Amino acid sequence: MDFRDTPDEAAFRAELRARLLDNLPPGWGSGPPHVGRYEAEFSRAWSKKLYEAGYVGMTWPQEYGGRGLPYPYQGIYLEEAARVAAPHHLGVIGLGMAGPTIIAWGTAEQKARFLRPLLAAEEIWCQGFSEPGSGSDLAGARTTAVLDGDTWIVNGQKVWSSYAHIADWCILVVRTDPEAGKHAGLSYLLVDMHSPGVEVRPLRHMTGDPEFNEIFFTDVRVPRHSMLGQPGDGWRVAMTTLLHERGTLGFALTAGLENAVNKLVGLARETAPDGRRPADDPLVRDAIARQWVELQALRYTNYRSLTTLIKHGVPGPEGSIAKLHWSESNQRLTKLALSVQGLAAQLDGAGGVWNGYWQYQQLRSRGNTIEAGTSEILRNIVAERVVGLPRSR
Amino acid sequence: MDFAFSADQQALRAVARDFLANEFPIGRVAELAESEAGWDPGSWKQIHDLGWLSLSVPEDDGGAGMGFLEEAVVFEETGRALYPGPVFSTLALARPALADSELLAPVLSGQATATLAWAEDGALGLLDSPRVHADSAGRLTGTKRYVPDLALADFAVVVADTGLHAVDLRENPGAVLPRPTLDRTRRLGDLVLDETPARHLPAGREVLDEVRLRSMAALACEAVGVGSSALDLASGYARTREQFGRPIGSYQGVSHRIANIYLAVELARSLAYWAAWAVSAGDASAPLAVAAAKSEAAEAAVFACENAIQALGGIGFTYDHPLHRFYKRAQGIDVFEGTGAAQRAEIAAALLD
Repeated sequence: MDFRDTPDEAAFRAELRARLLDNLPPGWGSGPPHVGRYEAEFSRAWSKKLYEAGYVGMTWPQEYGGRGLPYPYQGIYLEEAARVAAPHHLGVIGLGMAGPTIIAWGTAEQKARFLRPLLAAEEIWCQGFSEPGSGSDLAGARTTAVLDGDTWIVNGQKVWSSYAHIADWCILVVRTDPEAGKHAGLSYLLVDMHSPGVEVRPLRHMTGDPEFNEIFFTDVRVPRHSMLGQPGDGWRVAMTTLLHERGTLGFALTAGLENAVNKLVGLARETAPDGRRPADDPLVRDAIARQWVELQALRYTNYRSLTTLIKHGVPGPEGSIAKLHWSESNQRLTKLALSVQGLAAQLDGAGGVWNGYWQYQQLRSRGNTIEAGTSEILRNIVAERVVGLPRSR
Repeated sequence: MDFAFSADQQALRAVARDFLANEFPIGRVAELAESEAGWDPGSWKQIHDLGWLSLSVPEDDGGAGMGFLEEAVVFEETGRALYPGPVFSTLALARPALADSELLAPVLSGQATATLAWAEDGALGLLDSPRVHADSAGRLTGTKRYVPDLALADFAVVVADTGLHAVDLRENPGAVLPRPTLDRTRRLGDLVLDETPARHLPAGREVLDEVRLRSMAALACEAVGVGSSALDLASGYARTREQFGRPIGSYQGVSHRIANIYLAVELARSLAYWAAWAVSAGDASAPLAVAAAKSEAAEAAVFACENAIQALGGIGFTYDHPLHRFYKRAQGIDVFEGTGAAQRAEIAAALLD
């Protein structure tokens, strides 16, 4: 057991600090933080820079455009990026979900076609899993794909699809065999979002931000070979995607929460609009310390899970709690950041504290316990697969 | 970055768990807890033979030359089993204060158990200024409160304004005033000193900084063990107990409660191991790691026990069921060096001031 950097890791971290700090946009880090998401073109340019500097897909095999580095290097990158609150790579769905699934299930042609543009943020991916009638119950998907010669004809509707409005490609779960069982009738397509018949309608979440979307598919033609696995493999392929979504995100969640704790500390040390300093209030001090402890708990739980992954090839059971813990901790944190503002917590935009940064973050956090597996589904998973309790349904 | 116990450390854990499961199943622990002595003094030789007393002592000094991380494994396992002997008092509280003293040898050889008497009314913390005082003849006067395992220990290290002193409790039985204690597996006592003969120890009070780090990290590990036992009791019951024709663990009202126990215990485990490593490695992160681990692990253990009690229903509320013994230990850990709020105040000072 040793949490310190190895000499190689320390050298990597030092180089990264120098290069990351050198590459940040001018004026970065001065003044209040950016509110909400960045403009897509800003993010795309930053993502491209990161890719060219070799900091995207570092743990991916070299043959697929990665650097084949061990997982801790990805962790170091995210720690350092959090330290300077660097922007994120735009291709969140591609890097975390589509890419690993293509590596696991894709043909040589698919890997050659999709992975490099994904890393370079030249092509953005979105996820077509949830439907109006099937949210947590993914296997209830009703969007259909019917084979017509060498083409799948896709019809149906997906929902809660982040980035679909700027996406070039979609990982899409469809029903290809209505006669087969609920799970066995599913397949997993890679769909060009620029195809005729694809219509994206932005949905605004409660911040007012159009981050996620509905996607309507009307007789969309998808080449027969644009599928991961075989017809009927959809459920298993989707589980690969979700395993990666929930398994390798630990570092990103830790980095995000660390960034939030740092900002909360900054806020508490400023004089609030009512003239008081939140950092002088013992209840606020206790609550901030609790957030810091929760952050460390997330960090070291992720380290444990990762160590199991490195030693045994699969993430440890601890990994299943990272997202659950992060989401609830982030909700407490952002609520605390609003409550220390007093009545000013109601002011949004340019007139508000930090231009409404925390107002956005707090409202956005309510999605954290719903997206990527609701807390209820995750508790079912912990109870049934980790603790070994009987199935609840 | 490597967050795993070594093969040797895992073997140590396996042996410890095996020994405690065989020799100190919870039924026997309950019997001992209800007995007057409160423990099996004969077991101390077994503890010695397992090597636990000298794990972190350098080989040149007759120890195993390992570190606090190995002791942390023992603290977690003795917490999990609620072993009712002075392992924590002797190893975490007293032994660091015995450096360079001739009393160290009998402790390492299992001849003597020990504890630390630090608390006084108005000076409850390990680093608070004591009023107990040694006269020119080295005799101590004053009252120490809340001394863990006082009635089990052969001698007590007493924190006085004149430094650290050792009182032989076998030769001064009148100084020992046992107090009825909620946790009958770790009973407290008052040490009433009235010109009581004592031996001045070479280590000064500055060693209490180390004692504080070690004891808080040790209790964090104990708390993880306690929480793990509560999880096992709750999940084992929920798998088999049927109501309305189904195991109660299939109801989400029960299963999500148990998932929450798992969550709390595993998060606490991560912090406790981090703290144990930081203490073991002498890393600069140790003070905050220990504060985080102790506060969170103690609260997780209390939370685990309370939710396990609820999951078990009426049976979990009885004196016959062992859950209350884990609960009382968890509560005892929670108030050591102040509740979690005290540790969070330290953290807040580091973050905000």
